[in-house]
Amino acid sequence: MQDVLKILEEDARTTPDQIAVMTGRPVEEIKRIIKKAEDDRVLLAYHAQVNWDRAGQEQVWALIEVKLVPQRDVGFDSIAARIYRFPEAHSVFLVSGAFDLAVTVVARTMQEVSNFVSGKIAPIEGVQGTVTHFLMKRYKDQGIIMDGEERPQRLAVSP
Amino acid sequence: MTAEPSTTGSYRLSKRVRQIPASGIRKFFDLLASMDGVISLGVGEPDFVTPWTIREAAIYSITSGQTMYTSNYGTVELRSAIARHLERRYGVSYDPLREILVTVGVSEALDLSLRALLDPGDEVLMPDPCYVSYMPCTVLAGGVAVSVPTSMENDFRLMSQDVEQRISSSSKVLLTGYPSNPTGAVMPKEDLLEIAEVVRRHDLLVVSDEIYDRLVYETEHTCFAALPGMRERTVLLGGFSKSYAMTGWRVGYAAAPAEIIEGMMKVHQYVTMCAPTMSQAAALEALQRGEEHVEAMRESYDHRRRFMVKALNDIGLTCFNPRGAFYAFPSIQSTGMPSEVFAEQLLLEEKVAVVPGSAFGSKGQGFVRCCYATSMDEIKEATERIARFVERHRAYPAK
Repeated sequence: MQDVLKILEEDARTTPDQIAVMTGRPVEEIKRIIKKAEDDRVLLAYHAQVNWDRAGQEQVWALIEVKLVPQRDVGFDSIAARIYRFPEAHSVFLVSGAFDLAVTVVARTMQEVSNFVSGKIAPIEGVQGTVTHFLMKRYKDQGIIMDGEERPQRLAVSP
Repeated sequence: MTAEPSTTGSYRLSKRVRQIPASGIRKFFDLLASMDGVISLGVGEPDFVTPWTIREAAIYSITSGQTMYTSNYGTVELRSAIARHLERRYGVSYDPLREILVTVGVSEALDLSLRALLDPGDEVLMPDPCYVSYMPCTVLAGGVAVSVPTSMENDFRLMSQDVEQRISSSSKVLLTGYPSNPTGAVMPKEDLLEIAEVVRRHDLLVVSDEIYDRLVYETEHTCFAALPGMRERTVLLGGFSKSYAMTGWRVGYAAAPAEIIEGMMKVHQYVTMCAPTMSQAAALEALQRGEEHVEAMRESYDHRRRFMVKALNDIGLTCFNPRGAFYAFPSIQSTGMPSEVFAEQLLLEEKVAVVPGSAFGSKGQGFVRCCYATSMDEIKEATERIARFVERHRAYPAK
């Protein structure tokens, strides 16, 4: 299963037929592996990664530090759930260190981000405070370099 | 085979240099350099960057001031690690202090071994097709290159009877390189044992270029020096360029009986002194902690290998199953074109670069070398373009 997942993680467009050739296994087996991984929520989604700035649609990204007060009978999990159900919350992580949840928010303007934080996150019971960091420039995301230098070039022909 | 020397020219270059033919790859390279948007399947090196820990070891070596010469033989630590590595992987033992020499890539080790072993007129048997350096290095060392033809029907293996047929009273060395550049062929153990028998019968020495030893698929690599009775008559060449993606670092090694290493050392000490100090530090790190990276890269090559070989066969360019290195060597017979014409036309019409098989020997005529050490996207796109090209130039009706 690992090799199939790695291939799809690298390029989600790879078809089961192509994966079958690449791994030397029957296509039916590949399809079975993929279906099981999907059902078990090992294989979660098949995204294309888009640079929306280049596509002409501006986006604002922000990283929100959320400090929590642990609630009686309620751990961090349910507070996290209240936050991650918002579509504006792009990612939610429980982190070690000076604060508790790291939340990435994506919106169209800085105003929208700050409205979301102050109107939706800050008032949640158990949220002690937030610090908002606007992401000024994304250099590299999910393993892809957005702009900037290409990988070092090889000689086009070598013996 | 020797080439006729080209005209003297105004600098009266030495005859032995004039005897070496111009590189079949060079002209092609110049043509390619003038074009944009080419997908190149013509490289001979990995598309991975050297793993970070290995780069880091070299950086540390530099920043901690290790910038002087090392022993001519290479650092004791590196030689010891190489000896341990060969013992563990192939069960063959070498004394790190006297039987291992660290060189500037396998390229230098190849040159040293031939210079140490050949007297003028000594013959060196080598497969055809084979790596571009084997013939020129033989000529430069004063030897005579004798080609042993290999064929697609035999999966480009070196057949013992073909070797034996070409042995003469002047035969001194058998030079083999498996897994092979350009064909991607491997030599199964049974075949190597037959070769070993011929070598023993005719008291030949062997130079075994095993630079691609870690890149084998569906099979195990057999180290020639590990075969019964062969250690004493083999110069084993190995390195890091292909398995750890360290082509630019220029570090490799030779392992051989002490007397041969001493002979090679005599040349090495005057000509290069030692391999780069920081590259040796990097190579040591590679042997100590680079293992996981090798397997990850190998698996990645395997996926691309299977994809490319199937694609080439589907296009109508019959390609035997290459179980080593990172090359496919399809026949272009279905187009009826000679290799150089195929490669040039493919480049001009579809902007895909492959290396004509004829650059590797006369038996490479009718084939091209396609490297799959490039991204899946490029392989997919390149094979689509090649398919279009072959469709337009088909000499025989499609099956």
